[in-house]
Amino acid sequence: MIVNLVSFLRSIISYLKEKLMSVIAFAKNWNGKFKNSTYELVSYTKNLASQLNTQLIVVSIGEVKEEELKSLGKYGAERIISVNDSQMNTLTSRVYAQVISELAEKEGADTIVMSDNESGKAIAPRISVKMKAGMASAVLELPISMNPFVVKKGAFSGKALEYVQIDSPVKVITIAKNCFGFIEDQVDVSIEEFSSHLDAALFKIQVLEEEKQTNKVNLADADIVVSAGRGMRSPDNWGVVEELADVLGAATACSRPVSDEGWRGHEEHVGQTGKVIAPNLYFAAGISGAIQHVAGISRSKCIVAINTDPEAPIFGVADYGIIGDVMEVLPKLTEAVRNSK
Amino acid sequence: MKILVCISNVPDTTTKVKFKEDNTLFDDSGVQWIINPWDELALTRALELKEDAGNSVDEVCVIHVGGAQTDATLRKALAIGADKAFRIDACAADAYYVAGQIASYLKENPFDIVFSGIESSDYNGSSVGAMIAEFMDYSGVSSVTSVNLDGDDVILYRAIPGGKQKIKTGVPLVAVVQKGIAKEPRIPAMRGIMMARKKPLEVIAATEMEMLTKSIKFELPKAKGACKMIDLENVEELVKLLKNEAKVL
Repeated sequence: MIVNLVSFLRSIISYLKEKLMSVIAFAKNWNGKFKNSTYELVSYTKNLASQLNTQLIVVSIGEVKEEELKSLGKYGAERIISVNDSQMNTLTSRVYAQVISELAEKEGADTIVMSDNESGKAIAPRISVKMKAGMASAVLELPISMNPFVVKKGAFSGKALEYVQIDSPVKVITIAKNCFGFIEDQVDVSIEEFSSHLDAALFKIQVLEEEKQTNKVNLADADIVVSAGRGMRSPDNWGVVEELADVLGAATACSRPVSDEGWRGHEEHVGQTGKVIAPNLYFAAGISGAIQHVAGISRSKCIVAINTDPEAPIFGVADYGIIGDVMEVLPKLTEAVRNSK
Repeated sequence: MKILVCISNVPDTTTKVKFKEDNTLFDDSGVQWIINPWDELALTRALELKEDAGNSVDEVCVIHVGGAQTDATLRKALAIGADKAFRIDACAADAYYVAGQIASYLKENPFDIVFSGIESSDYNGSSVGAMIAEFMDYSGVSSVTSVNLDGDDVILYRAIPGGKQKIKTGVPLVAVVQKGIAKEPRIPAMRGIMMARKKPLEVIAATEMEMLTKSIKFELPKAKGACKMIDLENVEELVKLLKNEAKVL
């Protein structure tokens, strides 16, 4: 009888504990709007929370309209906590980390997840220190196991995969773009407002100006990327690259020698020391495919290589290849895409 | 003003990655070690700031957490132009641990600006710089592509989706830097290599610090299938395959 009572109480305690623990997803907005990566984050964390048998709390910081917040409900965000404060529209990692940690403590969250992008890279490490939470970045799928907590991530710049075990009670992870996809799970959304009383001294960062290329597809988010290398021979030849990108609605990119020569801006450099991207379709035009370049594109779903040299290493990682001069092939390809529409 | 650049010791970018002991450890046999590419760019920019007479940068130092085998990499940083190097004598196996070690040094030996590369090309943690900022309660700016000084203020550009922001902030500051911060890494000249032998490389004992994560296993990515070749005269075929077979158009 006593034994039964004890085990009964134990099960209640463990039940309450599970209920208290929760998963927090930090949904970053840019100028009040969410991006595809945010919806993927919600999908990922919703599935993580159901595996952990716990609830998902989505946290939004800065001014976001109710309608935009509710759009997260399509992927399972039942409970959203919005810190709808115009003072926080600008990303200040210190402030964001403070607010998220405060909420995590209040809600008893033990797993905090965000996208692996400019904001995640700035905020997640700060939360790690604040909450003494082990961190893993650019995670590639749902955790391999929950207890111990093990995640799979890229290592050696795309040349290997690493399994990382996080031993601390609270965990912080960032997830790589296109690691999970979207699973529709329409729910009713409840939105709670939260305000944090922060020391003004924390807002030390002053944004003087902002430059945005509004007419171009953003490389990090692009589904299709047309990238070109030294095979283009001159920066004056880039018209054919831009035309193909245009008809595909793609972003343009380049190899390292091209950006080092100043033919294209460094923000277009894709590879180990530049941007690491994971589009659905990647065109490598006149790029030989050095190991450092491949490191930046290996998570692309489909790679098309165009090169005059049939021995170029890029054909070793490509799905489709054309042997030929880019100046001849690219205009033909543009034409073929146009005709197929 | 004093600038500290965090240095990570990583395998050369051309290294063919292998593992040993049942894929639990990186096989470093025959590996050439280099300064992490982003850290090398950060050091280059720090030295440019020091050399510009309009700035008042007195000293550029480098700090690293690692064993004695990594001293060659620190000597290279000195040869490039750093004034002093500090090595915290410990194994760098967890970002929280590494950042904590550097922060405990900084608490005793303050610097105005700390530079850290956006990630290391080995374990790609992307976290040490921002962790140091939090341990120290400093301001921090991440994804930095340009740094200039304006008296006591720092003017930075940081990358945002599809653009950049110009930011002004004071010191102390941790700037987590990426490609663009310097045009290309500086190569040590013979004179620099000679001088580096005489520059101080101080070894510092590690402080008590927890590790929160561990690497348990590695694997190599799955090999790709064969590349399907398409004739130059038949690019329409490629468009069809991308639509119907790969389903990416």
